[in-house]
Amino acid sequence: MYETNYHRAGSVDEAAKLMDSAESGKFVAGGQTLIPTMKQRLAAPDSLIDLRHIADLKGISVNGKDVRIGAGTTHYEVASSADLAAVCPGITSLAGHIGDPHVRHMGTIGGSIANNDPAADYPSAMLALGATIHTSKRDIAAADFFTGMFETALEDDEIVTAVSFTAPDACAYSKFPNPASRYAMAGVFVAKGGDGVRVAVTGAGMDGVFRWEAAEQALGSNFSAGALDGLSVDAGDMLSDIHGTAEYRANLVKVMAKRAVAAA
Amino acid sequence: MGIEGIGARVARKEDKRFITGKGRYTDDMVVAGMKHAAFVRSPHAHAAIKGINTDAAAKMPGVIAVLTGDELAADGIGSLICGWMIHSKDGSPMNMGDWRPLAQTKVRYVGDAVAIVVAETKNQARDAAEAVEVDYEQLPAVTEAVAALKDGAPQIHDNAPGNLIYDWEIGDGAAADEAISNAAHVTRVEILNNRLVPNAMEPRATLGQYDEAEDHYTCWTTSQNPHVARLVMSAFYSVAPENKLRVIAPDVGGGFGSKIYIYPEEIVCLWASKKTGVPVKWVADRTESFLTDAHGRDHVTTVEMAFDADNRMTGLKVDTIANLGAYMSLFSSAVPTYLYATLLSGQYTIPAIHCNVRTVYTNTAPVDAYRGAGRPEATYLLERTVETAARELGVSPAELRRKNFIREFPYQTPVIMNYDAGDYEASLNAAMKTADYAGFPARKAEAEKRGKKRGIGMSCYIEACGIAPSQAVGSLGAGVGLWESAEVRVNAVGTVEVLTGSHSHGQGHETTFAQLVADRFGVPLDSVSIVHGDTDKVQMGMGTYGSRSGAVGMSAIVKALDKVEKKAKMIAAHLLEADETDIVIENGQVKVAGTDKALGWHEVALNAYTAHNLPAGMEPGLKEGAFYDPSNFTFPAGCYICEVEVDPDTGKTEIVQFVAADDFGNIINPMIVEGQVHGGIGQGIGQALLEGTSYDPETGQLLTASYMDYTMPRADDVPSYKVSHTVTPCPSNPLGIKGCGEAGAIGSPPAVINAITDAIGNNNLTMPATPQKVWKAMHG
Repeated sequence: MYETNYHRAGSVDEAAKLMDSAESGKFVAGGQTLIPTMKQRLAAPDSLIDLRHIADLKGISVNGKDVRIGAGTTHYEVASSADLAAVCPGITSLAGHIGDPHVRHMGTIGGSIANNDPAADYPSAMLALGATIHTSKRDIAAADFFTGMFETALEDDEIVTAVSFTAPDACAYSKFPNPASRYAMAGVFVAKGGDGVRVAVTGAGMDGVFRWEAAEQALGSNFSAGALDGLSVDAGDMLSDIHGTAEYRANLVKVMAKRAVAAA
Repeated sequence: MGIEGIGARVARKEDKRFITGKGRYTDDMVVAGMKHAAFVRSPHAHAAIKGINTDAAAKMPGVIAVLTGDELAADGIGSLICGWMIHSKDGSPMNMGDWRPLAQTKVRYVGDAVAIVVAETKNQARDAAEAVEVDYEQLPAVTEAVAALKDGAPQIHDNAPGNLIYDWEIGDGAAADEAISNAAHVTRVEILNNRLVPNAMEPRATLGQYDEAEDHYTCWTTSQNPHVARLVMSAFYSVAPENKLRVIAPDVGGGFGSKIYIYPEEIVCLWASKKTGVPVKWVADRTESFLTDAHGRDHVTTVEMAFDADNRMTGLKVDTIANLGAYMSLFSSAVPTYLYATLLSGQYTIPAIHCNVRTVYTNTAPVDAYRGAGRPEATYLLERTVETAARELGVSPAELRRKNFIREFPYQTPVIMNYDAGDYEASLNAAMKTADYAGFPARKAEAEKRGKKRGIGMSCYIEACGIAPSQAVGSLGAGVGLWESAEVRVNAVGTVEVLTGSHSHGQGHETTFAQLVADRFGVPLDSVSIVHGDTDKVQMGMGTYGSRSGAVGMSAIVKALDKVEKKAKMIAAHLLEADETDIVIENGQVKVAGTDKALGWHEVALNAYTAHNLPAGMEPGLKEGAFYDPSNFTFPAGCYICEVEVDPDTGKTEIVQFVAADDFGNIINPMIVEGQVHGGIGQGIGQALLEGTSYDPETGQLLTASYMDYTMPRADDVPSYKVSHTVTPCPSNPLGIKGCGEAGAIGSPPAVINAITDAIGNNNLTMPATPQKVWKAMHG
């Protein structure tokens, strides 16, 4: 790891100010991506601004079907929230299968979506749930937030503070993990609500998380795994690497989508 | 057997310190004035070095020295060698290319060491290493052995034309050809044995300390064989004479073969310590481990197996191309020859066998012995071929094996080995019973209802442990003898120290070896200490690899115990005024048989050292040493049966049952043996399902250089194993033991692949059988 300066921010405002005064700063929450990257000398921020001690970023609130999750909430806290499980079991199940116990006790939902790893789990849930991403500057619809692989609508000094969504009538997440990294090779979040069905796919697409609209239409009129039988995603839009060809990922998207529908 | 003696399931004495974080590894060693090293490594797979500029790096904060290969050469430090001479079939010696500890003119794989930086801190050393400017002229690279043999392939070493190291053969080619041409059926299989990265939990590390006052060097290192390290560094690399070099391998966190060899880093850190006047420590990070630890396997093989009309094996012909990487590592030449082709008779009577092996340089990490070393490659091709033959012939895989088993011992194979004892049918029957083989069709039908494809596969392996005797291995090209040494020191109070030339890096020697002493003298296990891993403490020994510590290392201890026992009995007979032949040792008492006359073990020991009343002419003391050179290899064998369920939608394989029935001869500690089998099978499942090493064929970059891309087996990848043992004692050593360290890794991969190919109905599948590959094999 290269030398860096560590700053512990006490508030969102202070964090933003620290970022503005840094030469090449990085926000760190759970650090589950950033710290290993720095240890491998692949990232060298001159300043790390730690968001973990900002009380405003913590906590889960569930009011009826209205859910708000603070950006600093760990995957473990999401996975083990009984209130959340009662209205949106898909997201608690998703959180319970991110990484391993160490990762789940450190990593946060805000960190995950701000990084927008193309194989991370949460972005698919945000898209499928039609979530709103709250930041230190504004509210952004999930559909506008994720702009490409590792790319988001966030400005450099903008901090995700929370996510909120209305719990759907039914939802589930199904993923096929990469055998090595256990990130998603294809992860599909399916949510069925009053405004229809959303199907969001992570891990497979060349441009990161995406919605599978043909599946949404088919499921809108017939919410069953069988409704997807005749459909397929275009392998030309899928990632291909040593772990999975585009054709294999296209197959996994369909299989995981069917399993998510069956589980929802 | 007592509660702590031979055959007892004694909990491992060493585990308390390991599981409480109190183990003392090389990186835990701290000496006064110690500084830290980082190596400058080649980012290219193949390049000429046009120049090295260390000026900027030398001025970086904390930097003590930046040293290059030219300076190392100027000080007379030698090149790394392969210690086993193999001759090609035309009689010419193998083409060993020059391996400089720090490359001077050329780099040959990504990770090749070019320079060392010594600095106050590890991070400063790394920062400065990045500032060393190496002027590379990139050359085309080749990573696959078959490609490296083709005309026009990049030439890696000048003295190995066409990248060929040797073209070797064993057996009778004409007889094998004749068997194939006269056969009623010939099964032909192409086999890929995938390259593996060893991934010991503890990365390699070394601390070199030069003491100017004594003109003496100390090397702490992650070694499976510290004496061999000292020998090689003295005799071949000219680092220091043996009497001025102490090598200490303290607690070592796993080796699996990869820590047998002497690597550039030990040599360079010792030399750098003298050069800089400070002790120099280097600890690999995980990326360096992936890039530079000697890898394993990487064979491409074609097999032809001939059968007569009665389905008896009549001949076997094998043609192998083995990738040895960029340089010949210490034992690399022996692995795809004498540790491989000599096992090609398997458990079967095969009258004619021929194997041809070409080994090849490529621009990849060196390849050497990795758990099993040659025997997994032999077993995989044989057991895949037999299973394939059974499918082609439409007969039961179990019955085809049974029909061809060797049943009389000793059995001389056509490929050197002389099997001393075994009962292969007993293992097969035990495994089939435990696996409920007969009930498989019903389980398959039940799985089908759940949408899963269920398959069953077996593997009847044989391996050879305790490579020996020294005279024989010498005649085959080995540069060393393969005996072992022991010294048993009984202290004046009756406690016992055993100094062994074996080295424990996870095997539990501190427990198993102590059980021999407890069993012999009836002393508590706690009063026995096993001393190993330090050339200043322990007499010359050969170390631990090839599952040799039981069969060879413990046999040496037994020989020393015999001598101690004899002397103790002479002392007791003298003190008790009895005949020596009437003395027995039981439960810590040295007694006159059939009487109540007895001395405590400690009393005999004390008398040996007070020497007030010893038999006339007897020397004081109770300490004996022994060297043991086995008369033959040992031949563990067994039968593994794997049952899998494949998800046809994703291609994911789940191992739903794994049965192992091994014959390791007699067993000292069944719990430790079972642990070895579990670990070995875990690694075998890793090879079969998960672990694929991938180099970019164009650039030679290692694509699987971290756990993000290299799939190590995790707890949820492996099942609970059903392990059992049958016993045919080994006739060639005093304990009747055969060795158990590698069997699991040798026997399991073909069982897994046979099961998957059975499940999916497509025999065309290579390891690792990742979900993607299995899915493709099912759906095209």
